[in-house]
Amino acid sequence: MPNISAAWFDQIISLLAAILLLISFAMLSQRRILSLINLFAWQGAVLSVSTATVAYTAGLHHLYYSAAITFALKVVALPWLLHRLIRKLNVRWDVETMINIPSTMLIGLALVVFAFNLAQPISALATGASRHTIGIAMATVLLSFLMMITRRKAVPQVIGFLAMENGLFFAATSATHGMPMVVELGIALDVLVGTFIFGIFFFHIRETFDSLDIRHMEKLKER
Amino acid sequence: MLWLLGIPLAGGVIQAVFGQHRRASELGVALSFATLVAAGVLTARIIADGPMLVFGEQFFIDPFNVFLVALTAFVAFTTAVFSRPYMRIEEHHGKLSAQRLRLYHSMYQLFTFTMLVGLTTNNMGILWVAMEAATLTTVLLVSLYRSPASLEAAWKYFILCGVGIAQALFGTILLYFAAERTLGTGGNALLWTHLDQSKVLLEPTVLSLAFVFLLIGYGTKVGLAPMHNWLPDAHAEGPTPVSAVLSGLLLNVALYAVVRAKVLTDGALGTHFAGNLMMGFGLLSVVVGTFSLSRQIDIKRMFAYSSIEHMGIVTFAFGMGGPVASFAALLHMTMHSLTKSAIFFAVGHAAQKSGTQIMESIRGLIRTNPTIGWGLALGTFAILGMPPFGVFTSEFLILTSAMHEHSWATPILLISLGVAFAAIFGKVQPMVFGETALPRLPHPPAILPVFVHLAMVLALGVYIPPALAEWYRQAARFIG
Repeated sequence: MPNISAAWFDQIISLLAAILLLISFAMLSQRRILSLINLFAWQGAVLSVSTATVAYTAGLHHLYYSAAITFALKVVALPWLLHRLIRKLNVRWDVETMINIPSTMLIGLALVVFAFNLAQPISALATGASRHTIGIAMATVLLSFLMMITRRKAVPQVIGFLAMENGLFFAATSATHGMPMVVELGIALDVLVGTFIFGIFFFHIRETFDSLDIRHMEKLKER
Repeated sequence: MLWLLGIPLAGGVIQAVFGQHRRASELGVALSFATLVAAGVLTARIIADGPMLVFGEQFFIDPFNVFLVALTAFVAFTTAVFSRPYMRIEEHHGKLSAQRLRLYHSMYQLFTFTMLVGLTTNNMGILWVAMEAATLTTVLLVSLYRSPASLEAAWKYFILCGVGIAQALFGTILLYFAAERTLGTGGNALLWTHLDQSKVLLEPTVLSLAFVFLLIGYGTKVGLAPMHNWLPDAHAEGPTPVSAVLSGLLLNVALYAVVRAKVLTDGALGTHFAGNLMMGFGLLSVVVGTFSLSRQIDIKRMFAYSSIEHMGIVTFAFGMGGPVASFAALLHMTMHSLTKSAIFFAVGHAAQKSGTQIMESIRGLIRTNPTIGWGLALGTFAILGMPPFGVFTSEFLILTSAMHEHSWATPILLISLGVAFAAIFGKVQPMVFGETALPRLPHPPAILPVFVHLAMVLALGVYIPPALAEWYRQAARFIG
C-alpha cells in the first residue's frame, strides 16, 4: 500500500514539475506585464503545492512550514507588492524584448535540452521523482535567466530574477527534501528584502531617467 | 562571539534611528571600535585554545576565518574613522543630506554584520544567506548619491551579483544533495565541519558540478574575470569609504567562501580539479585586470581594476595549494586589504579636493595637501609590490612557488605585474607631483588611517612576527 501511494506522489510531483516548466515558457512568451505577474503568482502556487506534496510523502514537518512560507511570500505578498508598484508607477505597457518572441522560445527549447543533459549525472544518483525534477528545475532556472537577459524594462527583469529563485527553490525541495529550516528562512528573508529594494530602486530610476527602460543605463562602460 | 555579531547588528538598528544626529559618525566609530575589541578577544582565544564551535555547532571558528574576522573588524574600524571627515566634506559640498547619512551609517553597520556572519558561520547555507544580505546592503550604499551613474552602477551590481549568487545557491543545493546521502537529512548536512570530516565519502560528480556553480557564483562577487563587470562601476560610483570596504573586505569574504568549497571538493575528488579551476580563473583575472589598467581615466576605476588583478593573484595562489602558496595567499589577502583601503582613503580625499575622479584633473597633491599626496604615492608603491612593503613579500612567495609547481604561469604573472607597474605608476606620478591651483579641503582630511595601514604593510614587509607567521601557517594547514 505505501508503495502504491509513493508512486502516485511521484507522479504528482512530476506533473507539477511539468506545469512549472510550462509556466516558465508562458512567462517567456508573455507580452503583457500584468499577466506576467499573474503567471509568477501561479508559479509560486505550484511551487507551494509541490513542496506540500513532498512534505506529505517524506513525512517532513518542516517542509509544511516552508510550503506555507512559499505561499505567503510568492503567491500573496510579492505579486501584491508588484501589482502595487505597477499601479504606483503607472506602467502597464507591454513588455519589450531584445529578441523577438519566437526566437526566444527556440533558444528556450535548446536551453531545456542543455539543462537535462547537465542534470544527467545527478539524476542518475537520485531516486523516485527527483530523477526528472532536477533537470526541470535547472531548465526553469535557465529559462528565467534567458528572460532576464532578453527584457528591456526593469520590472520584467526583476520578475525574471524572482522566477529564477523559484526554480532554485524547486530544485531544493524536490531533489533534497528541502534545505535546513534556518537556511530557508534566511533565503526567504533575503528575497523579500531584495524585492523591497528593487521596488525602491524603480522609483529612483524613474525619477532620475524618466523611464524604466534600462537602455538609458548603458553609460558606464570601457571607453 | 555573541558580542562580535551583536554589536554591529544592534549598531545597524541604533544608527537607523539616530543616524541623522550630528554625532552619528562618532557613534559609528565607537560601534566599529567595539566590534574590533570583540574580534580581538575572540582572536586571542582562538590562538590560545584552537578552533571552536559555538551555539550548537552553528558557528565555527578556526585560525583561517578568525584571521579574516580580525582583518574585517580592523578595516571596518579604520574605514569608519576615515568616513567621519569624508562624509562631513561630502555634506559640506551638498552631495548628501542628513537622511542619506543615516542610511549610510545604518547600512555600514549591517554590512559589517553580514560579513562577520558569513565568515563565522559553519553552515554553507547561512554563508549564502549572509553573502546575499551583504549584496543587498551594499547596493544601497553604492547608490547613495542617487546620481544617474551611481544608480546604473548599483543596478548592474544588483542584477549581476544577484544572478551570480543564485548560481551559488544552486551549488549549495547540489552540495546538500551530495551531503544528504552520507550525512542524512536534517540540519547537520550543510555544516562545514561535518562535511569536512566525511568529504571523502561525498559523491565526486555531484560535488564537482556543485563546485563549478559555487565558483561562478561567489567568483562573481570576488570579481573574477569574466564575471567582473560590476566591480569597477560599483567601486567608481559609490562613496569612497564603500569602495574601500568593498575592495578590502567583501572580496575577501567571497573568496573565503570559494576556498571553503574548494577544500571540500578537492577532498571528495582526490584530484586537483577545484584548484586547477581556481588557478585558471585567477590567471585570467590577473591578465584582464592589468591590461584594463592603462585604459582607465577615472582614478577609482583604475584602482578597482587593480583589485581584480590582486584578487586574481590570491585566487591563483589558493588554487595552487600547498603550505607555501596558501601562506602567501593569506598574507597577500591581508596586504591587499590594508593597502587598497589606504589607497582608497587617499584617493577619496584627492577626488574631493579636485571635485572630480578624472585623473587628468587631479594634479599636484603634494603641494596643497602633502599628507594626501604622500599617502597616495606610498600606497601606490606598496600596491605595486615595491620591496620594503609587505605586498612584495607575498607576491615574491607566490611567484617562487609558482615557479616550483607551475612554471608556465610565472611569465604570465611577471608580465602582468610589470604592465600594472607601468600603467599605475605613470598615472599616479603626475597626480602627486604636477602643478595645481586648487584650494585646500574645508575640513582636515582623515590621514591617520592611511598611514596606520601603510605602516602595518611596511612593518609586515620587513618583519613578520613569529606568532603571526605561526598563525598564518596554522590557517594554511586548515586550507591544505
